[in-house]
Amino acid sequence: MNYHWNWRVFWEPAPNGTGNYLDMLLSGLVLTIETAICAWIIALVTGAVVGVLRTLPSKTASGFGFAYVEFFRNMPLLVQLFLWFFVLPELVPHSWGLWLKQLPNAPFYTAAIGIGLFMSARVAEQTRSGIGALPRGQKLAATALGLTTAQTYRYVLLPMAFRIILPPLTSEFLSTIKNTSVAITIGLVELTAEARAMQEFSFQVFEAFTAATVLYLMVNIVVVIAMRFVERGVAIPGYITGK
Amino acid sequence: MFANFDFDVIRRSLGYLFFDGMTFTLTLTSLATFGGIIFGTSIALMRLSGVWLLSRVAGLYVDLMRSLPLVLVIFWFYFLVPYIGQWLTGASRPIRVGAFASSLITFTIFEAAYFSEIMRAGIQSISKGQPAAAQALGLTYGQTMRYVVLPQAFRNMLPVLLTQTIVLFQDTSLVYVLSIPDFLGAASKVAQRDGRLVEMYLFSAAVYFAISCVASFGVRRLQARIAFVH
Amino acid sequence: MKRLRIMGLVMGLALAAAFCAAQANAEELTGTLKKIKETGVINIGYRDSSIPFSYLDDNQKPIGFAIDICLKIVDAVKKELKLDKLTVEFNPVTSSTRIPLLANGTIDLECGSTTNNPDRLKQVAFTNTHFLTATRFVSKKSSKLNSIEDLKGKSVASTSGTTNIKQLTEANAARNLGINIIPAKEHAESFLMVETDRAVAAVLDDILLASFAAGSKDPGAYVISTDAFSKPEPYGIMLRKDDPAFKKVADQATAALYQSAEGQKLYDKWFMQKIPPKGLNLNVPIGAELKKAFAKPTDSPDPDSYKAM
Repeated sequence: MNYHWNWRVFWEPAPNGTGNYLDMLLSGLVLTIETAICAWIIALVTGAVVGVLRTLPSKTASGFGFAYVEFFRNMPLLVQLFLWFFVLPELVPHSWGLWLKQLPNAPFYTAAIGIGLFMSARVAEQTRSGIGALPRGQKLAATALGLTTAQTYRYVLLPMAFRIILPPLTSEFLSTIKNTSVAITIGLVELTAEARAMQEFSFQVFEAFTAATVLYLMVNIVVVIAMRFVERGVAIPGYITGK
Repeated sequence: MFANFDFDVIRRSLGYLFFDGMTFTLTLTSLATFGGIIFGTSIALMRLSGVWLLSRVAGLYVDLMRSLPLVLVIFWFYFLVPYIGQWLTGASRPIRVGAFASSLITFTIFEAAYFSEIMRAGIQSISKGQPAAAQALGLTYGQTMRYVVLPQAFRNMLPVLLTQTIVLFQDTSLVYVLSIPDFLGAASKVAQRDGRLVEMYLFSAAVYFAISCVASFGVRRLQARIAFVH
Repeated sequence: MKRLRIMGLVMGLALAAAFCAAQANAEELTGTLKKIKETGVINIGYRDSSIPFSYLDDNQKPIGFAIDICLKIVDAVKKELKLDKLTVEFNPVTSSTRIPLLANGTIDLECGSTTNNPDRLKQVAFTNTHFLTATRFVSKKSSKLNSIEDLKGKSVASTSGTTNIKQLTEANAARNLGINIIPAKEHAESFLMVETDRAVAAVLDDILLASFAAGSKDPGAYVISTDAFSKPEPYGIMLRKDDPAFKKVADQATAALYQSAEGQKLYDKWFMQKIPPKGLNLNVPIGAELKKAFAKPTDSPDPDSYKAM
């Protein structure tokens, strides 16, 4: 195997003048985390709303929810990012399009919104199944007590539904972190992109990708442990989700 | 807004898009599904076997594949497979692996982790009475798996397996990062050569949407028909 | 007597073995030549959009100046190995995948617009230089960008894996320009960014910029800077390192081509005449430095060694 190993490459200066290759990778990691968190917030908020819409008795609301979920689930994430990044600026009025294209952090905003909306469809599905898993009596009792639909959801259904779906939501969050790597195609210089840049500048393919792999694994472990604390923190004793 | 929409560029490149791009995508999807399910089922069996070492190795493999982004795994395998081939076969130089073979290996191995979780759930959902009865009848472990447990597990999980296949179909678009000519890659090449990004990307989105929609509708119908009471 | 007989037998066997080994050594091919002889296939890496060196025509077939040079090398290999049939397979590569794919054996020759420099010589080898070009930037005339300093604080595109993006990155850091560098996957994409106003400039080799500007929808709208990021650097066809037998064949084939009239005709075909797919004529006469490099073929990575007399 005529490949020249050089594990010390991480401490060699990177050509972009911001320190060594390890700094390059870490800056990519920071961007990955920032993008993932922004996307996740968008996904949670939008997804919860759409999920609730799907469970409402109104035909239009549930129809809209269904169409929304189908739209975002049936297109690959990469295609969706391309639509947001390349197609949208061409379809809006010219001056808006120009502003969009010249935005200094365009890849970041596009990635956060694109990934956020993609994941929101999955969050919506989880929310719907979480609400569906609750006993029918809950909603009936709330109505009997005189709560409006909005109050029912806010005080009775959603708190329990979220506790039930916390484990699947954790894996959706991990998915979001992994999906940030797709934004390499629209120029977001996150962890995978930095590893690739490091490979191109230093020719040390395996060292670069091994470092990226290790960093992703570490992020994974941190998120899983953190979510375990959250689960234990919000658990209601005596309920199926409480331990 | 759509004043300049150039339908002609789509019409002119249809042949290239579908004969080169879509065949690549569909072939990759079907072969990777087939390989992934077989490999995934073996991994699931390894995890459920009583042997601690097999179970741990399978568990680590699944955790590793599920923690890494597919883009990173695609890069890994594209550059790494020839060296692995050289190491495995003891050849004097890296084995030449083309773009399709490398993508196939990547997707099979990556998706096998997801398929294995599905099959594991399927196998675990079979009531304990089944393998017990099989054992009482004198069947070996292999025969029990082959004739009793796996067919039922497979049938139960078929809708989920097919949904994962649709996900695989969409994931194949990621070979774009290596300029490998799948459907999206082909559309992209035409788009950049002719400067027609809007038309080509909207068209690709429509095609992916149509295929996934039809497929998931089919899976829903299948789910309704296949449902039966234990 | 018996001992002598046995010794004789052993000596005879040893001699026979040595003779066989010597025979094997005499015929033994190494490296790429061995691989080509065994498989009967040579793999060539081509580029999507490095006009006119290596690009796809309307039928998605790779053509170009570098491709024609590589086909000459293939002919030389076929003669050298005395093969009746040598299949040529084309593999697409990009700026960032060309070196790893050469190293891992997916391609045997990379025929495109790859700059020969000392950094890359640590990983790969190059055959005789086939072009000289400097790194410049293209921008729309309306942006009025003349020098590299004018790029301060703006968005500039370049292709990942090239010496151009590396030089841009280094200049950005050294001169504190605060440029937002947008990496693109292929040269066509870099130029498209300028065309669609996503970037104000694209930094690439000046010959490639000339080709893109000339082939665009509105060639008059673009201007290539006179300011350069580097001296004119040599393009070479890449091969694997530590493979002297194959390099010798390639060097001989390219030297023979450049020094002959056929080489001049090949140059004219791609730079002075109409080229597919749109019938563009780049009209780039052969420079004095390149003429010298063709008369005395060299694979030197040092830009200074190419200065005209």
